[in-house]
Amino acid sequence: MTNPAISADFRERLDAIINLHKDREGPLLPILHDIQHEWGFVPEESEPVIAQALGMTRAEVHGVVSFYHDFRDHPSGRHVLRLCRAEACQSMGADALADQVRAALGIDFHETTPDGRLTLEPVFCLGLCACAPSAQMGDKLVGRANLAKVQRLVTEAGA
Amino acid sequence: MRVWVPLDAAAKALGADDVAAALARELPETTITRNGTRGMIWLEPLVEIERDGVRLGFGPVDPDDVPGLVEAIRIGAAHPLALGPVEELPWMKAQSRLTFARVGVIDPLSLTEYEANGGLAGLRRAIVIGPSAVVEDLIQSGLRGRGGAGFPTGIKWKTVAGAKASQKYIVCNADEGDSGSFADRMLMEGDPLTLIEGMAIAGIAVGATQGYVYCRSEYPDAIRVTEAAIALARRGGVLGESVLGSEYAFDMEVRVGAGAYVCGEETSLLNSLEGKRGTVRAKPPIPALEGFLGRPTVVNNLVSLATVPWILANGGEEYAKLGIGRSKGTIPIQISGNVRHGGLFEAAFGMTLAEIIEEVGGGTASGRPVKAAQVGGPLGAYIPAKDFDVPFGYEELAGRDGLLGHAGITVFDDTADMLKLARFAMEFCAVESCGKCTPCRIGSVRGVETIDRIAAGDSDGVEILKDLCNTMKWGSLCALGGFAPFPVMSALTHFPDEFSGRNEPRKEAAE
Repeated sequence: MTNPAISADFRERLDAIINLHKDREGPLLPILHDIQHEWGFVPEESEPVIAQALGMTRAEVHGVVSFYHDFRDHPSGRHVLRLCRAEACQSMGADALADQVRAALGIDFHETTPDGRLTLEPVFCLGLCACAPSAQMGDKLVGRANLAKVQRLVTEAGA
Repeated sequence: MRVWVPLDAAAKALGADDVAAALARELPETTITRNGTRGMIWLEPLVEIERDGVRLGFGPVDPDDVPGLVEAIRIGAAHPLALGPVEELPWMKAQSRLTFARVGVIDPLSLTEYEANGGLAGLRRAIVIGPSAVVEDLIQSGLRGRGGAGFPTGIKWKTVAGAKASQKYIVCNADEGDSGSFADRMLMEGDPLTLIEGMAIAGIAVGATQGYVYCRSEYPDAIRVTEAAIALARRGGVLGESVLGSEYAFDMEVRVGAGAYVCGEETSLLNSLEGKRGTVRAKPPIPALEGFLGRPTVVNNLVSLATVPWILANGGEEYAKLGIGRSKGTIPIQISGNVRHGGLFEAAFGMTLAEIIEEVGGGTASGRPVKAAQVGGPLGAYIPAKDFDVPFGYEELAGRDGLLGHAGITVFDDTADMLKLARFAMEFCAVESCGKCTPCRIGSVRGVETIDRIAAGDSDGVEILKDLCNTMKWGSLCALGGFAPFPVMSALTHFPDEFSGRNEPRKEAAE
């Protein structure tokens, strides 16, 4: 597959990430985390490069990328809003909050606003179970979340 | 005067960073220390003002409260948010804080404060008494895996210690994915040096020189604080070629998961740590003999490892004096969900669920009656309020078809929809299944479908659901498929009226 994204710059940055980790025990997850941090997702073009560097098949690398919820195969919106959907948050009205947030943003879970600013995702537990329901966006956490708090979080991030 | 504002993620989620910034503006001359949380989450952000060794609490503090609070402190006036000395609060006094003794008390990133509050005593003693005595002490303590499986920690260590290999490992399971559990996170943020000390002791005991903390990616604050603490421990000679100047070497690092619940299962965790798909491994071989990279590995829950320093400092016998039956010592009970006073409460095993939920937790946050509590995470049973006389212990909960799990208790009021919660358990299992074994992979999907049939009025589905749960329970490779029947069957057994025909339940909860 030819892809214009494999520029010299892309390859250089990718190699730097791989070289940083390849001698560690179990290097693949740290590599994938760094790649996602760098590009916002794991570009498919990176998979054969990683495979070759680590002595794996491309299928094995792809199998790992696709196994974990965290790794994306396409970019997200500029901001990612995560709402916890787990039991403790459900006990405090997380389902109703999710309905309100979806209606307010006009998108469903795993969707991005048309302007590409915001992606909405479910998360299963942020460990904020004693101040449920909870939400997260970047470094910001919200406990005892309600629609107003979530909207403020979104507005303050410029999303 | 010293001012304390928690850095704990729960405190931050309730505005602690803004409160700390407001205090820094009002009190430019005063040191503001970011501590862990005391565990009283309903009082967060809990600001503490230390004067002459007494720490006075104020909470929950909003950033707008700060100017008035500072003024009241300056002139010595009363303030409506004043709680008095924090150590004297009933919630604090009623606990036996051993594992969490320093959480909320010290600056989590000060080795000096750590030592001044009892830190490193366990590691020093471990170095003096040597590996086999450490293992014996741990066996005597009766400490069992705090991740839920309840396997005796000392026995596991003995197996690894006896294995012959050029390299062994200590792996800390900090993949705390259970809803209702936050003890691991709270300790990593509030007293990570305790975990480091516990892992170093484990390394000495079994002859391992490298440790990994496998932490879920949903905990960025915990990862940051723990990594800073590891750097601190290296500089302070706690980690490295010579642990505290001894003949033992030990070093460790944090590895970050990638959002897979099943990686909390130890063999799946090891695969993930190796950079593979987080699928479960069949046992045997057990990880103690063939674990990380096929080498002997101790895989312990974070709370188990963080309890080791206390046991070594005070002796296994002292620890075993606490608790009931085969549940020795203390357990950090995490009270969450629809509860008035949510947080972490460390106590000896043996309190009843009624005492924990009604007395310590103060009943529901909504003020409505408690309907049930899910104990032990998403794979734990829903215990109905009528069974709250059950004492908190491994065998005691198992006797009521429940699980202790990671000691999280999620409270639900009488508006809880038990069929929907049962459906959620199956759906969650379907989404998170690693796919290796059929009962879990297919059974959970069929479980969702069957519950939908029941909801639509097909009462024949109930028997099918019971049969399916039985197959999953006994036929699954690990606890994900094996325990998902617990919440389902408990909901069905205790609330059968809710499993009769009615409208379609919500479908999207775990999608």
